[in-house]
Order: sequence, then structure tokens, then C-alpha cells
Amino acid sequence: MNSAVIVFPGSNREGDVVRALKQAGSQVQKVWHAETELPAGTDLVVLPGGFSYGDYLRCGAIAGRATVMDAVRAHAARGGLVLGICNGFQILCESGLLPGILMRNANLKFICHRQFLRVERNDTAFTRAYKQGQAIDVCVAHGEGNYTADEETLRRLEGEGLVAFRYSNGHGHVTADANRNGSMNSIAGIYSDKLNVLGMMPHPENLIEDLVGGTDGRGLFESLVTSFAKAA
Amino acid sequence: MIRNDVAITPELVKEHGLKPDEYERFVQLIGRTPTITELGIVSAMWNEHCSYKSSRLHLRGLPTKAPWVIQGPGENAGVIDIGDGLACIFKMESHNHPSFIEPYQGATTGVGGILRDVFTMGARPIAALNFLRFGEPNHPKTPHLVSGVVAGIGGYGNSFGVPTVGGSVGFHPRYNGNILVNAMAVGLARTDEIFYAAATGVGNPIVYLGSKTGRDGIHGATMASAEFDDASEEKRPTVQVGDPFAEKLLLEACLELMKSGAVIAIQDMGAAGLTCSAVEMGAKGDLGVELDLDKVPCREEGMTAYEMMLSESQERMLMVLKPGMEKEAEAIFVKWGLDFAVIGKTTDTLRFVVKHHGEVMADLPIKELGDEAPIYDRPHISNTYQPVIAPESVKPPVSEIEALVKLVGSPDQCSKRWVWEQYDHLILGNTVQMPGGDAAVVRVEDGPKGLAMTTDVTPRYCEADPVEGGKQAVAEAWRNITAVGGLPLAITDNLNFGSPERPEVMGQFVGCLKGISEACLALDFPVVSGNVSLYNETNGQGILPTPAIGGVGLLDDVTVNASVAFKRDEDAIILIGGMRGWLGQSIYLRDVCGREEGAPPPVDLAHEKRNGDFVRQLIRSGQVDTVHDCADGGLALAVAEMAMAGDIGAVITAVPENMPLHAFLFGEDQGRYVMAVDTDAAADILYEASAVGISAVMLGVTGGASLILPGEQTISVADLKAAHESWLPDYMAGKA
Repeated sequence: MNSAVIVFPGSNREGDVVRALKQAGSQVQKVWHAETELPAGTDLVVLPGGFSYGDYLRCGAIAGRATVMDAVRAHAARGGLVLGICNGFQILCESGLLPGILMRNANLKFICHRQFLRVERNDTAFTRAYKQGQAIDVCVAHGEGNYTADEETLRRLEGEGLVAFRYSNGHGHVTADANRNGSMNSIAGIYSDKLNVLGMMPHPENLIEDLVGGTDGRGLFESLVTSFAKAA
Repeated sequence: MIRNDVAITPELVKEHGLKPDEYERFVQLIGRTPTITELGIVSAMWNEHCSYKSSRLHLRGLPTKAPWVIQGPGENAGVIDIGDGLACIFKMESHNHPSFIEPYQGATTGVGGILRDVFTMGARPIAALNFLRFGEPNHPKTPHLVSGVVAGIGGYGNSFGVPTVGGSVGFHPRYNGNILVNAMAVGLARTDEIFYAAATGVGNPIVYLGSKTGRDGIHGATMASAEFDDASEEKRPTVQVGDPFAEKLLLEACLELMKSGAVIAIQDMGAAGLTCSAVEMGAKGDLGVELDLDKVPCREEGMTAYEMMLSESQERMLMVLKPGMEKEAEAIFVKWGLDFAVIGKTTDTLRFVVKHHGEVMADLPIKELGDEAPIYDRPHISNTYQPVIAPESVKPPVSEIEALVKLVGSPDQCSKRWVWEQYDHLILGNTVQMPGGDAAVVRVEDGPKGLAMTTDVTPRYCEADPVEGGKQAVAEAWRNITAVGGLPLAITDNLNFGSPERPEVMGQFVGCLKGISEACLALDFPVVSGNVSLYNETNGQGILPTPAIGGVGLLDDVTVNASVAFKRDEDAIILIGGMRGWLGQSIYLRDVCGREEGAPPPVDLAHEKRNGDFVRQLIRSGQVDTVHDCADGGLALAVAEMAMAGDIGAVITAVPENMPLHAFLFGEDQGRYVMAVDTDAAADILYEASAVGISAVMLGVTGGASLILPGEQTISVADLKAAHESWLPDYMAGKA
């Protein structure tokens, strides 16, 4: 699998996701935000965490309109895979690739902590290494992760099975306590209609080794690499 | 002759923070009345913050050398060799005054400044820490200051992209009018790719990089060198505003430019901005500097030479480039969207010349401004020592369990999770031990090495006995690094004190430095960088003497480390280091008995080193993975914290023979560790310890869901945690 990690000037978790992709066996290239094209043969585009252009305006608002995003939108339109993590999720919402928006956390503070997620479905390219309903132990680190959408969008996301992950406790129960940023329906991540674009606030790329807390994040990257091995 | 169109009156001199004799000295030095720009420059260079005029004499006595020290104090940051061609570059610096006036921006720019110090030397920052002290919790300003400072530290570090992995937060009425915000940064560089401030070569271009210059922060360093009074809030306009995004760009652009081989010397624009950075580069390199201010990128129109020279706008750098490399350098900065301008050159005149609109605005001798600034041997008196308090004379608690619950839920000892959850402590994916343990542990690149880091000092000990307090601060940093399995290598010190013009404060300063020096020597733990913050007082009331120590140590194999949490049931709990039941200046005496008094626990450095070396060896050989240093709150608090961290209870069965139970449980004797080990291994460890003359005592055993103290006093770990975790969030929500 060939992955292209888009680097905005204020990206700061690009190294973390490159490490996770390589560990899973992907080839990885970094792509500067001013580029107009993706490298030939790109299978997966990753929008990493960070503060794309400082995010003093709405998070991801400028990045959603960056030059390179036209190429990303074209890739997605062709059915190519796109993964946006944290700031990447915010950018996907701002770029029109995913519906809804990430508001400030309910407590109005940046929060960084370990967090369980319930895997809503395991039949996508991103989650086949997990079990449906499995609680995976990852982490969050964001100030604006409070997923918000209008009623109709929420109904559609729920009705069409487009919710990828929900904040849960360690048993996979979706509880109010587990939803610390206040997201609607405890949504931690969502898919596009064709299931080829995933945006998520939590950081699976930071939990890929026992030494630094656990390996539950690996499954996502391994799923992607496996999907491609099968497709190829 | 230089045109002089502003009359330099005694009032103007005073407003610039110069004493009459300092001004006289300056006039004699230059042989004429200075211009207003020159007065501004000298006030910036000769204030306490930049010149260290009250402290330099005493700092000279600090041990700064070891075979692994590449660069000691005097540069932007200290540098130590950690093997494999890698250097660890680190420093701690205060931003106390601005943070009191404008907590969010004061804290952000404190973090920004220290990150810049580290990457100026060519290092990529891999971790940040801090040391914070606030006034008493019920002071009306305290919640606002805590909230703003914590948000500011997070706001900067999180966006910049460095994990904030450790720190210390405490409260005391003596910080009511003057909080402490000390920020530490740790970076990594190749040992053969380290950059310094000293300029070389005549006629080389001096380049301005980064953000534009505005009117913010003018006289920031002068403010940081004065006492506060009730009108200090009016100084808000002198606080700078931080822009972590610009800093991130500056980091990437600087590191890229350094790789290109174009950089001869580099200095960040921190306190006193362009003035201080340009003078330091010239003075350190024995060269003159000529600046043309018409070339300085400005954010506002009509800025005067005076304003440009004193602006403390953030995220700016000054570099001396190799001639002919300007185009290549500019391309890198344009790529990152930053300003780049050649604004001057090095000269062989040893003069600092500033031109604006074709006119000379300042022409001063550079060495005397910089490394030959005034130096004072201020009068100092040693403190009156407090009596030793016999354990038997201290009232026992109604119940030891109740006292323990009170301590784990007290402002100083409670969980600081509310704070560190606002810091991204996981970014970069190398955080092996998070905030909340003895020392943070961060993997070096892809391993196998790791760095341990911590910030420590016990100000009430320093107040009661500056020499012992200074020793204890260094010893505790050394102990915390040892407790995770690290070999302590070097420290950075952030010396926060009151006004040096008061002999008793100078006495504290001199005493603490004496203690720090003794401990550094005995523990092979030299000082490689640091910062002095004086005049931390409001309306004549000084802070507690607070020499914060930032320690760094090395783990050869980061996978072999120890942590605080109990990990298994039925482990034997062992105390290393003996007990005397020292209650003077203890947390028990202060927070349970309401008495903040007595001599602090003495620090026997030979005992400290012997015990620590023993514990470290046990960790490194894989015999022990659960260790906690014994500090505030003594044995009882250490065991309680280990139980809470691991969600495993313990039974303490050992009872003291020759001291009251509360002295045994809460005494703060130094040089001690609590370990939990497999019962089969315990006998061997006790034997090994006795063979080398180290006190090792079985305290009890882990297991169950409760902590049980002698006399069947019981509390569930869940109840302990509830007390421990609730105080700070409740307080910040206005409920405590």
C-alpha cells in the first residue's frame, strides 16, 4: 500500500502516523500542502493531527481550502481511501468530504487522555482487524472534538451505518461519562457515504506499542494494509 | 556626533530602571550623554534579568563540568552527551512576572521562549516540563491564575507539537502576589550539529528571521527586574503575545537552514529582543555589530529605533550567515512563510552601531554592554536557623488514616490530573512514563535509549534552611530520576527569589547556591544551564526561596524502567534508606497540625548516593519494576500513591520501635525509596542491601482493595482515589 501523508505547516502528528503506517507495512510519502497532485499510485491519503495553519480561525477552515485538498477530493471521488485524524477530521468536515463540524469541547478545555472507543462496524477497509462492538483503547488530544451536526445529518449517519466509532467505557458501553468532549451520539468518527473516507478525533497512531501504553491502535493501520493486499 | 533630541533627565533614567550610579558608570563609559535609544539599550542590557548583575558572582561557584557535559551555562541552553552521537539540550526559564499580569499570554510566551532556546542550538524539542507555584487556594486571584497559566502552557505546547510530560504544581500564601511559572524544554541534536551564539568573521551578514516586530513587550525585561506593587496590572501592555504556529514554522525553517550549512551563529530574540540578541552575538564572538533598522520587518508603521530595539515581539531569530548563502537561506524561509531580511553585518570595531533612516541612533562599546555589564557583591546575611523538632513533641493525629486522607486530598499533594490532561503529553509517541510519576520517561527516537526528566524543589525547606533546602532540591531531582531507573546526568536551575537588595534574601540565595553546589558535586550532577529570577515580591513581601531544579537522566534501555504503580498482589513492600521520623517542616506538621516550622530534614549526600545507586542497580538488573521516592508526606503518602496508581491495596505491618507511629508514617527523612518486589526476591534484596550497609526494611505486602496501616486502620483504595482526584477539579469548579 502506498500512503501519502499531507503535511500542512502546522501539522504536528505527521511523524506519529508515518511510524504507524510503516509499522503496518505501508510505503509512505509526505506531501507538502502547496502541492497540486498526489504522488502517482497513492492508495491512501492521510490528513494528520496538528494545527494546520495555526487554527486561529475555525479548526481546519483554511486547510479545507488548501491547494492540495483539490487533489484529495479528486482521490476520494475516485473511491480512493482517505483517513483524517484529529485535525485531519476537522479538515475533512471543512473541505466538504464529511458532514458536520467539530465544536469546542463541552468543558471548553483541551483534553488529552486515554479513551476507549467502540468499533461500530468491522466490514470497512479501516476496521476489518477489529471485532464489531470491540472496545479499543486509544487516546485523544484535542480542544475541538465535539462532533455536531443537524438532525437530518445525524439521522442519515445513524440510518446508513456511517458512524465508525463511539466513545465508550472499557466494556464497549456508550456512557455519558465516556463522552468527555460532548459529541452528539458520542460520535468519535464517521465514514463518508461510500465508506472510503474516515474522519476520527482519537489517535490510534499513538497506541501502537506496549512500551508507550498499548497496541489497540495498530488494528486500524493493519486493516488498511490488509485491505490493499487483498485488493491487489 | 550623534543627534540627541530627547533630554535625558534623572526621572527618565529612573523610569528605565537604572540606579543613579549605574547611569553615571554608563556616561563615563561612553564619554557623553546617551541618546534615548542608547538609554533604552543599556537599560535592557544592564537590568537584572539580562545581566545577572546580582547573581553572577555567586553562580560562578556552581559545578558545571563532567566528562559528558558538552556545553555548560552561558549559551542558550546546556548540552550533554548521551552517546550514539546524540546530545540532549535543555534549559528551564521563568516567566513569573508576565504570567501574574496576564496568565495565559505570560505562560505561552514562557513556553515559547524556552522552546526557542533549545532549537536555537539545533535541537528538535522532544519534551516540555514546568514548575508552577500559585498563592493560597482561597486567595481571590488564584483560580483565575491557575486556569490561565495551565491553558497557556497547553495552548502553546499542544500547537507547537511537543509533549508536556512533567511538572510540579503547588500553592502557598507567599506566592499570593507573585506566582512562579518556570518552563523547561528538552531537545535532541547530533553532537556534531550544535549551534552557538558567538558570531565569527568580519563582514558577515546578520539576518533577521521569523515574525515581524511590533510594539509588544517593550521593557518586558525591565519589568521582570522590578518588584510588584498594586499598580502592576497597569503593566499589561508590556506582556508579549505568543503565536505557537509561527514558532512551529520557525523551528522547521531553522532546522532546515542549519542542515544547509549556511548558519555561522544563531541567537533567539527573547528578553530585550533585538538588542540583547545582537549584543550577545557580537560580545561573545569579540566582534562589533552594525544594524540598519530600515531593513527590520515591522508589523506597525512609524516604529522608532527605540521601539524596535526594545520590542519583545515573539518568534524571532537572529543569525549570522555564511556570505553568499543568503539566497538559499531566504528560499527556505519563504517556503515556511516567514520573514527574512539581512539587517546588518559583523564588524571589527567592537562597537554596537544602530542606524535608522541613515542616521546613527546608537554607537556603544559592545563588550561592556554584554559580558562586561556591572556586577554586584550585594550584602547578604545568613538566616536564623529553626530548632530541630523532636518527633515525640508533635501531636499524633486522631487517626493516621484520617490524616492520610487529608493529605492525599490537600492542594499540594492531590492529583494534578486536571492540569496535565490539558497538556498533550502523548504526541510524538515516545512518552513511556506520563505525568504523575516520579520522573517522566521519554524514549529517544526509536530507542533503545530513554531520557528521564523531572522538576523539583521544596521551598519551605529552603526558607527554613537555605543550604539544606538547596541540597534537598538537587537530591530530590536526582532521586526521582533514579526511581525510574535513570542515571542522573545534569540539571538546569531556575533560581526564583525575592529582592536581592534585601540582605536576608541575598542570604537565602547564597545559602541555596551553596547547598546546590554541594549536592551537584556529591551526586555528579552538574549544572549546565539556568536562569535567575529575582525581585519576586509584592509590596515588600518576598516569595519563598524557590530554586527549581530541572534534572535529566539517561536510561540505556528504556524498556527497563520502574514506575510508581503497584503491579501485583502479594509483592513485598520494602523501604530503602532507614527512618528517623523527621517531622520538622513536614507536610504532616503543616497540613495536619497547622505548624509550618522547625528545621527541615538534613540531607546526607553520601547516604543519598549510596541508596540511589543501589536502587538503580536493582531496576537495571530487572529485579525491581516498582519504585517510588519518599518525599512530601513520607512513607504513608508514598505507599498510598503506589496503591492508587496501581489500584492495588497494601497492608503495612511494620511498626516503629523507637518513635511514634505518626513520625514513622509521615516523617520526611531524605534519601529513601519504597519498592514492591516479588516475595521470593525480597530476601535476596534485603541480604544484598545489608551486605553493602544499606538499610532495607520489610514494610508489608501488596494486595486487596484497601490500604491497611498498623493498628488495623483501613481505607479502600477507591476512597483514597476519590479524595486524591477530587480536590483540584472541585476547586476549579468553585466547589472546594
